[in-house]
Amino acid sequence: MSSALLIVQTLNGLQLGILLFLIAAGLTLVFGVMDFINLAHGVQYMVGAYLAAMFSAWTGSFWVGLALTLPTALAFGLLLEVLIFRRLYGRDHLDQVLATFGLIIFLNQAVKTLWGAAPLSVPIPDLLAGSIPIMDGLLYPIYRLALLAIGLATAVLLYLLINRTRIGMLVRAGATNADMVSALGVDIKRLFMIVFGFGAMLAGFAGAMVAPILSVEPGMGDNLLILTFVVIVIGGIGSIRGAFISALMVGLIDTLGRAFGPQLLRLLMDPAAASQTGRALAPMLIYILMAAVLFFCPFGLFPVKR
Amino acid sequence: MTGGIRTRAGILPAVAANWLRGAPSVWLFTVLALLPLAAMQGAESYILSLLTRALIFAIAALSLDLILGHGALVSLGHAAFLGIGSYAVAILAAHGIDEILLQTSVAIVAALLFAALTSAVSLRASGVYYIMSTLAFGQMLYFFAVSMSAYGGDDGISLEGRSRLLGYHVLGSDMTFYYVVLAVLMGCYGATVRVVGSRFGRVLNGIRENPWRMRAIGFEPFPYQMTACAIAGVMCAIAGVLLANQTGFVSPAYMTWQRSGDLLVIVIVGGIGSLWGAIVGAIAYLLLQDALSSMTEDWKLILGVILIVVALASHGGLAAAVTRVSGRARKEP
Repeated sequence: MSSALLIVQTLNGLQLGILLFLIAAGLTLVFGVMDFINLAHGVQYMVGAYLAAMFSAWTGSFWVGLALTLPTALAFGLLLEVLIFRRLYGRDHLDQVLATFGLIIFLNQAVKTLWGAAPLSVPIPDLLAGSIPIMDGLLYPIYRLALLAIGLATAVLLYLLINRTRIGMLVRAGATNADMVSALGVDIKRLFMIVFGFGAMLAGFAGAMVAPILSVEPGMGDNLLILTFVVIVIGGIGSIRGAFISALMVGLIDTLGRAFGPQLLRLLMDPAAASQTGRALAPMLIYILMAAVLFFCPFGLFPVKR
Repeated sequence: MTGGIRTRAGILPAVAANWLRGAPSVWLFTVLALLPLAAMQGAESYILSLLTRALIFAIAALSLDLILGHGALVSLGHAAFLGIGSYAVAILAAHGIDEILLQTSVAIVAALLFAALTSAVSLRASGVYYIMSTLAFGQMLYFFAVSMSAYGGDDGISLEGRSRLLGYHVLGSDMTFYYVVLAVLMGCYGATVRVVGSRFGRVLNGIRENPWRMRAIGFEPFPYQMTACAIAGVMCAIAGVLLANQTGFVSPAYMTWQRSGDLLVIVIVGGIGSLWGAIVGAIAYLLLQDALSSMTEDWKLILGVILIVVALASHGGLAAAVTRVSGRARKEP
């Protein structure tokens, strides 16, 4: 395995990790603070991508499109909160599963009805088009590097927001014991609404950022949602730090496993069997990791203390 | 008839009254046994195959209701067992073994193994972590099926025909197959009712209500919960064997997490824990999907809204609604 390929795949893995973190950050708070099972977080990522595709096609500029997507994704999240989620706090988990499962079915079909089943593509903005050499003879797309940088910057901002501001303190307190926070006179409903809307906006932001490098299509959030669940379960539900570390871990393991798994196995077995086993094992790696983590730490790597 | 002498006219109303007062399941199975006769009038093989499919999903939902309704184990990976059953059929058939009893035995052994391995890990966690770990195991099996390129990989694999029963092609007729599925469903229903009513079932329900108290009086939850998962897994794998035979096609799509979600929806809509509610739920859900999809191409919009409304307004699903209505009807006269 060449070092150039290793670098490229590591960057790709980090990129997937950062993307997963942006989605997982909101979801882990919704799970942790509100004890709410939100299966519909993946479709909010999809809605973000579609909004970005629509707005950038209208305005002709990716950046204006992105600027319009963020408030729209936030408004959409808040609308869902008021219409549906608010009525389900404190209800049985199964009602939440049913409602959000219904929402997935509805929104996947809604984007199909509105924009058609064919994938949309969003052009990469001119500013970040092209590739730069990161090593001798190794080109890497600028947009992907920018994605990594923006994702990391968002993670830092989120860290400051959670750990250095009053609202962040309330959110952390809410993840530990929402009833107690409420008893101390904090308007917990408003806090829930803020967390929910903010999480929806982050997921929408992630969707908008990857729209130029992935195809925007119905159901694009479904598989990512499952990866996000893996991330927040490994990290410990309610823990932003856990989500960050496990998102990078999952991103790297998934990407590197798919790229190098068969080659590594070739050291142990004959090539045909290695490529067969490698292809079978690679997509399962992160689930095996999750099972192992749950076996040894049933509440994730960074459990929120209660 | 050694007791009092009754005339025929006396017995029949008594039997009828017993039936009327009888469990809803009696009604349900009577209707299900008569339905194909009604469908035959129009020679509607389509309706028959839809009903067969609904009954197969009823078996799967029933098995989920055992662990969900009586063990509070919310599994979002239950469709994995459908996959195990259907791949047992497909893989054995690809090697020339089309005896359904053999296929079912293999499916049962595989389901037992999978249930034991996964619940050994999942049951260490609880609540949301349990749900997510079942999801992870379901996904693992899904990706494993996708990677089995010898058996169609992502595209799936077609079967040459239905399995044989003891060497005979008796399952080839749609009508016979329907009654075989119905018989299996009734057998599974009877078995589940027995399990729930047994000492084992009462311990399981006790653990659902208060695991700490059960532990304090000497019942360690783990073996009970694991056994329940194994029973449910086997039952769902049998449904998988039937599903493969019904569609004549097996693919990883049978075990996507959305399929597990469908099963959860069926149980919730039917009424958690009522067992016969899961059967009604499966029939209602599949017929609703069919009716909506014949109305408009965008039927999933309506289905999604219905599920959301049911979740917001639910009070125990269809089973509770039926019980409420029949309870009211019984009081009024």
